[in-house]
Amino acid sequence: MNLFCVGLSHHNADVETREYFAGHAETDCVLRNAGCNEALLLSTCNRVEVYAAAESFVPTEQIARCLARTQTVELDGHVETFYRYEAADCVRHLFRVASGLDSMVVGETEILGQAKKAYEAARTAGAAGRYLHRLFQRAFRVAKQVRTHTEITRGAVSVGSVAVDLAQKIFGDLQNCKVLVLGAGETSERTVRALVSRGVADLRVSNRSPERAEAVAFAVNGRAVAFEHWTEQCGEIDILITSTSSDVPLLSQEKLAPMLRHRIDRPLFIIDIAVPRDVAPDVNALDGVYLYDIDSLQSIAEQSLATRREQIAAAEKIISQHVAEFDESIARGLNCSAQAPEHPTVGESSLRSSEL
Amino acid sequence: MRFNFFAVGLGFIFQTAFLSIRGHVLGRCPITNLFEVIVFVAWSVALFYMVVGPAYRLSLMGAFTAPLVVLLQLFALFALVDQPHHGRLPANPWLEFHASISLVAYGAFALACIAGVMYLVQERQLKTHHLHSIFYHLPPLTDLFAAITRLLWWGFALYTLGLVSGFFVGEPLPWMQISCAIGVWCLYGLILQGRYLRWFAPKRVAALCIIGFSAALTLLWGITFTAQTHTP
Repeated sequence: MNLFCVGLSHHNADVETREYFAGHAETDCVLRNAGCNEALLLSTCNRVEVYAAAESFVPTEQIARCLARTQTVELDGHVETFYRYEAADCVRHLFRVASGLDSMVVGETEILGQAKKAYEAARTAGAAGRYLHRLFQRAFRVAKQVRTHTEITRGAVSVGSVAVDLAQKIFGDLQNCKVLVLGAGETSERTVRALVSRGVADLRVSNRSPERAEAVAFAVNGRAVAFEHWTEQCGEIDILITSTSSDVPLLSQEKLAPMLRHRIDRPLFIIDIAVPRDVAPDVNALDGVYLYDIDSLQSIAEQSLATRREQIAAAEKIISQHVAEFDESIARGLNCSAQAPEHPTVGESSLRSSEL
Repeated sequence: MRFNFFAVGLGFIFQTAFLSIRGHVLGRCPITNLFEVIVFVAWSVALFYMVVGPAYRLSLMGAFTAPLVVLLQLFALFALVDQPHHGRLPANPWLEFHASISLVAYGAFALACIAGVMYLVQERQLKTHHLHSIFYHLPPLTDLFAAITRLLWWGFALYTLGLVSGFFVGEPLPWMQISCAIGVWCLYGLILQGRYLRWFAPKRVAALCIIGFSAALTLLWGITFTAQTHTP
């Protein structure tokens, strides 16, 4: 039995090509039309891949045809774009994918959940048998080990997620945090949405244009505050996100210090993503105030990405060990085990819902 | 965190065994010389960590607690402060209660000091924007500050109990000992007062916990030296 993988990803195919092949096929088609014994389809926004086990060689073109949006037309030279990995290379590729090493943002963990869902779908459909079962269970173990034993997932890599990480390191639980958004730009809206996804419920939006403030407040389920009154909020709020187009700083140490006198025991996290900056840098010197501008947020994101890249070698080492072990176990176990169950038992393979 | 907890837990079991054997030999609570006092303080630190660590879910607290316990134990072992006892010492339940409860309070103050160190490390990284590996493992600032406050309260309440019980020992205590004890009580009372009246920002409270514990340890030394000439 041969294990192989055929697919497209952000590395070798543009989004137009990927969308031509993504989300149209069923594993059933790969099993029935292409002649595979087992098949699993992993389709995300960055990749579309088929992992399969077959007794005889299955041409890439046949798999590509199953994946194509319209199976009746010519593949227009797209077949050459597909990559193909066989045996140990296929195993290594899946382990790298599941561990986030092959992702656009190295170390992202969403792909592991997507791989688990894809496996569960194939198992439920009866398309994943003992080969793919072993392969994917091992891949999930490898991903977990890589995550635990390296720092490949450490730190946030986008401005919004860095801001949210910092907020959590200051306040812990964000549910009771009060947030004021000053100026309603795209980046600040994205940051607010990231905060909302972590539980922030009390949102206030202030903008020179009241209509825009109302619109953003409505979009994020917050309330609008008149621009003339935003400074009064500083005594109450925990997080301030500023992104106005003001040419001069709106907040200085002299202006903020008196407002903080009654909240000395509560930190204030200021995210200034405006250029030119809305908050004078000396504000950071105040006790309990943590000021981050766009450069400092970006620098942290880049630092995290660099750390993740440094961890690739350590992750590859773990993967290599598992590839060798897996190859050995396949050669020893599956090929000679006539009594082994054709499909994994439910207890063996069903994934905990929390893992999905 | 689990490893730290079990490491401190294992040490705690050995300390408990040692203290109970020594207590059995002495026929009283084993805090009769500087060696025993330091071991008892180290035991109290471990005890508080076992109680507080899981309850407050403060990751890495064990990693900070274990070195302090080890340092205290090493000092007790190598500073040659285990003076031999001349005969069995008479038991005085009030004096033993007074001394032991005060030393347990030191355990709470020690953990408040550790939480203070963790707070300052985390705060510094957030202020300077230089995030090191430890940043991702340390707990959030507000959680640390909440832990500091609770530990200060625990320590202060126990110390007050120890101080009050000192009036019932039935024999005069050296004035130096009384002054040191009242000094430590006033110091921690001031920190708590300052925290609630918002005289001090959290960063200063954290720094004061470190200064306070260093001062309290020094005074404990003084108290123990004076007490050695006065041990019942």
